[in-house]
Amino acid sequence: MSVVVGGDGAGKSTLLRALVGLVPLSSGISRRPSKEEIGYVPATAGLYTDLTVEENLAFSGGAYGVVGSELAHRSTELLERIGLANARARLGGQLSGGMRRKLAVAMALLHRPALLVLDEPTTGVDPVSRSELWRLISAAAAGGTAVVATTTYVDEAHRASTVTLLEQGRSISTGAPSEIVAAVAGKLGVVRSTAQPQGLSWRWGSSWRVWSPTDVLPEGAEPLQPGFEDAVIIACLADEQEVQPVGRAR
Amino acid sequence: MWAMIVKEFRQLKRDRRTLAMLVVLPVLLLVIFGYAAKFEVSNIPTIVVGPQAEQVASQLQGPFQVVEVDPGAGKSFVESRLRDGKAVVGLVTGQRPLLALMDGTQLFAAQAAEGAFAHMARAAEASGVTPPAVTVQILFDPKLMSSWIMIPGLTGLILLFIGTLITSLGIVRERQSGTIEQLAVMPFRPWDVIFGKIVPYLLLASLDLTVIVGVGMLLFGVPFVGSVATFGLGALLFLLVTLGMGVLISTVSQNQGQAIQLAIMFVVPQVLMSGLIFPISSMAEAVRWIAYVLPLSWYIEISRGVMLKDTPVAALWEPLVVLAGMAVVVLGLAMLRFRRDLAPSARHGRVTAAQPEPVSP
Repeated sequence: MSVVVGGDGAGKSTLLRALVGLVPLSSGISRRPSKEEIGYVPATAGLYTDLTVEENLAFSGGAYGVVGSELAHRSTELLERIGLANARARLGGQLSGGMRRKLAVAMALLHRPALLVLDEPTTGVDPVSRSELWRLISAAAAGGTAVVATTTYVDEAHRASTVTLLEQGRSISTGAPSEIVAAVAGKLGVVRSTAQPQGLSWRWGSSWRVWSPTDVLPEGAEPLQPGFEDAVIIACLADEQEVQPVGRAR
Repeated sequence: MWAMIVKEFRQLKRDRRTLAMLVVLPVLLLVIFGYAAKFEVSNIPTIVVGPQAEQVASQLQGPFQVVEVDPGAGKSFVESRLRDGKAVVGLVTGQRPLLALMDGTQLFAAQAAEGAFAHMARAAEASGVTPPAVTVQILFDPKLMSSWIMIPGLTGLILLFIGTLITSLGIVRERQSGTIEQLAVMPFRPWDVIFGKIVPYLLLASLDLTVIVGVGMLLFGVPFVGSVATFGLGALLFLLVTLGMGVLISTVSQNQGQAIQLAIMFVVPQVLMSGLIFPISSMAEAVRWIAYVLPLSWYIEISRGVMLKDTPVAALWEPLVVLAGMAVVVLGLAMLRFRRDLAPSARHGRVTAAQPEPVSP
């Protein structure tokens, strides 16, 4: 499972759209399986609001050749997994935001794709639904489906085997979460005060995190081992400061 | 309220198409319809047959425009020429009184011809000459019922609305809701999507057509004397043009509002300039060509011909070929434009298909 993390306008959706062929490439190569083996959920919609849950699944099944008893079996299996087994006859437009995203992912998974491409599947979704969605995606990945997803939530990227940090259309760091942590250059510290400390700092609960590209921390900062979320923020700061990461991540 | 007014103007300024429609279109429509919206018929295509054909033809004046003179032919020849739409009035000489056959489906031309005969008689009497006696016989729509003329044309108008307006909205809705992106990633070919979109409307429109023709026959007594197959062929070709136009409009519209505007710009001129209401022959030469590029003009020729006159398919080859050509062009363009939405990656860059290993999630 690969997760692409980046802020708004970083180019996450464009990257995925280029991967599935919706954006023409000006240069480079996009390697992907045939259309029959891709499942794609765009950042918007992903389903028909004027079709019922069951009709949406039937359309998706029909498009990929999943019909008859196989469709019935697979629909039931997925609807039970996403908690919509009792909402088969409900219109897509009557579902909550979280339910819609879950149904859209289920539609993309119906034909057991080799590659599942999800554009911000959890944006605007409540924490419980987010967790359910990731369970569904992880199960598909565990079953052998390659998953590429984008997110703005750093904590979600932690689940991935590969994380790509995207900034202004460029990859600033790629690797396993542990590699991204190991690649942190400079020093991280914590400052327990309400006033913002000098240097490159960001709020962390009631205290401040402060990062120095050199090995010297500002006065009053206690050294700290960076976690994954720290590493992601530091990678972005280091990119701004043009500091080279260390280790295997690049 | 001021804030609302300013916001509305700012939005309007960015929506160039609406702005153009508000400013340019009324002027354009006024100029065109000023020349096109006329009931007066100044030219009535006329054929003259029978022994005195040459003599009578030489005496005929405007609005009669002699298009054919055949001294050897008779009444049946005139009937067949009128049925095929080659003339509106046919004079059969060699008998007293003269027999004037008229094509009643050309309502205004037939009325103008009746008026012209009466005028000629009065003018002859005034100059002390005995006017030639003329017996008028109106064919195909003997009572000159306007409903008989309108209903075959209205069937086309309804097909036009379904084909163009509803189809264009259907596809734009996919674009607005973002589902068109998913369709593009799904294993559909562009024509799967296009035909998948238009076939349901094609079937619905066919059902509608049957109902309208049935109601027209039952309620208004409109005859259907021609071949159902020829009528069906004409309607199918016309529907393909209108459905293709709907797809084409949707490919150049970003939202339903734009699609409706464009569809209206396509539909309104057809209502006024296709011969549905105002006869094409009455239009000024400068704008008459517009009527010939509108598909409804050709469909009306087929529907009126088949329903009211039993015009044979051989005499309708021209409108049928024109509609077929329009269908090919419009659907081809729609397909090309739609491909850009559905397969943009096919145009640029390199794409290689990976060979995935079997999976079983």
